[in-house]
Amino acid sequence: MSEYLVEVKNERLSFFTPAGEVKALNDVSLHLNEGEVLGIVGESGSGKSVTAYSLMGLTAYPGKLIGGELDFNGHHINDLTERDFRKIRGSEISIIFQDPMTSLNPVYTIGNQICEVIRLHTSKTKAEATARAVELLTLVGINEPEKRLKQYPHELSGGMRQRVMIAIALACEPKLLIADEPTTALDVTIQAQILELMMELKQKLGMAIIMITHDLGVVSSMCDRIAVMYAGRIVEYGTVDDIFYRPEHEYTKGLLRSIPKLSEKEHQKLVPIEGTPIDLLNPPKGCPFAPRCKACMKVCLREMPPYTDLDEVHYSACWLLQKKEFEAKGGNA
Amino acid sequence: MGKYILKRIALAVLTLFLVCTLTFFLMNLVPGGPFMAEKAISAQAQAAMNEKYGLDKPLTEQYVNYMERLLHGDLGVSVKQRGRTVNQIIATKFPVSAKVGGISVLVALAVGIPLGSVAALKRGSWLDNLIMFFATCGIAVPSFVVCTLLMYFLSLQWGLLPTYGLSSWQNYIMPVMALAFYPTSYIARLMRSSMLDVLGQDYMRTARAKGLSQSKSLFKHALRNAILPVVTYLGPMLAYTLTGSFVVEKIFTIPGLGSEFIGSITGRDYPLIMGTTIFLAMLIIVMNVIVDIAYKVIDPRIKLK
Repeated sequence: MSEYLVEVKNERLSFFTPAGEVKALNDVSLHLNEGEVLGIVGESGSGKSVTAYSLMGLTAYPGKLIGGELDFNGHHINDLTERDFRKIRGSEISIIFQDPMTSLNPVYTIGNQICEVIRLHTSKTKAEATARAVELLTLVGINEPEKRLKQYPHELSGGMRQRVMIAIALACEPKLLIADEPTTALDVTIQAQILELMMELKQKLGMAIIMITHDLGVVSSMCDRIAVMYAGRIVEYGTVDDIFYRPEHEYTKGLLRSIPKLSEKEHQKLVPIEGTPIDLLNPPKGCPFAPRCKACMKVCLREMPPYTDLDEVHYSACWLLQKKEFEAKGGNA
Repeated sequence: MGKYILKRIALAVLTLFLVCTLTFFLMNLVPGGPFMAEKAISAQAQAAMNEKYGLDKPLTEQYVNYMERLLHGDLGVSVKQRGRTVNQIIATKFPVSAKVGGISVLVALAVGIPLGSVAALKRGSWLDNLIMFFATCGIAVPSFVVCTLLMYFLSLQWGLLPTYGLSSWQNYIMPVMALAFYPTSYIARLMRSSMLDVLGQDYMRTARAKGLSQSKSLFKHALRNAILPVVTYLGPMLAYTLTGSFVVEKIFTIPGLGSEFIGSITGRDYPLIMGTTIFLAMLIIVMNVIVDIAYKVIDPRIKLK
């Protein structure tokens, strides 16, 4: 039994498409304590969402877990049947999605959709569930909750709908909340409100959060730990300070360089990471970032870099770090 | 809602007026007349008959007379079926067609919706291919071929079912199969494509993330969204199926309204042409209003204006 709330060890997951096997996750390991916030950052297709979805058993067809150990709150996820999984989903682990405009069913009222999850996982009566729904809507900062319960999704704004999605996710007081880019589809002012709400609720309810995003600003303000993903691998993992002040992987450094800064003069160009992500259908033999890496060495193109532990939490996968470690031990490179 | 219904009634009156007027003048434009049979009738007899039914008067006068009677709900007297009014003919024939047609519609819905849904759920499988093969056949094969095949095998070869009339419940089986084949196929295809669309929607993922079972999320969340296109199709389909099919009624010797449609036109039975056409038009209008209201009930986003 794992000592952590979430522990993922060496997860491998592939999508078996007609064009061939797409290796979406390669040797992903992470863990999370109760009440902690983990941020997963990376560009599109890096495996952020897939990592989180696999914890909920929501991996879309034709994705398949092909290796690794997944533990959550005393459940060994690898062994869970679909029936057992259903009991956990929505109660112990829940998720809010990217697009609140399409994530609610247009033909049912808000109340119906909130009560549905309450009644599914608890033995509450209809009246009790409605009372709980009112409580939840108040909790997520929606005014006139009784009136809202009778409204349909199309009668609410995007921010309101995302609040409803949060209410649904929190209905059964989950241990873990997965937030899959919860603010990407919202206006900037609404984004800030939703993030604030999430932090407030975390404080109140004490659940752990996995925050999937490509917005480094979001993670810096919310997360305890950050996993930087690239091409289905975690390339660097550490505390917020590790990632922002002591980044070791070239990709992390590149990401940080590409953030626009307020102090910069006008018309200053942003610094992009040159090149494009690799094709996961035919991944290269060596480090997936090597083709875009400024510090690329011969070995990087030949072999996958192993993880180098930098301290108890902080680790990264880069040959440069291996070299440094080797030299520090007094070896000859 | 009340305002909407009033608006629809006003629109229906206008539509019916246009249908009446167009049909009236178009059918009179077609050469020939009710008393021009193959065997020659004396010119005198023809003139007498025309006078009896008021067909000797100028067309505009005939039109005004007809419309006046129509306003009182009188569809006139059949020219060919001696002594019977059009109202009587519709009143006796329509229930027969409606009964066979109504059963067919129910069968089409009960079979088409599950088949289409299953095909969508198992897309790409042999089951999906099989269902879509039959659905394509149902749309492509004309009903007289279906009727003939049914009759040949079920009655002639295996002697299971009677071939004509409506005297027992067994008599209904073949006509219903023949009538329901096309709508069933059409509904199955509609259902498959809309179900595929709905299954890919984000709210279906939300339903799964809530911990709902596949059957529950399917019945509660998918079906209600996916059924809308079928409801749209249901309006005109109901009107046409309830008024009977000429082919099916002829082949199975069913005394329904469907054969009156074609019979009235080939016989130039002017009042009956008018009567059946107006009746069908009214039925279509009513069905469409019902469909619109059903739409509103199923999908709250739809506003009736």
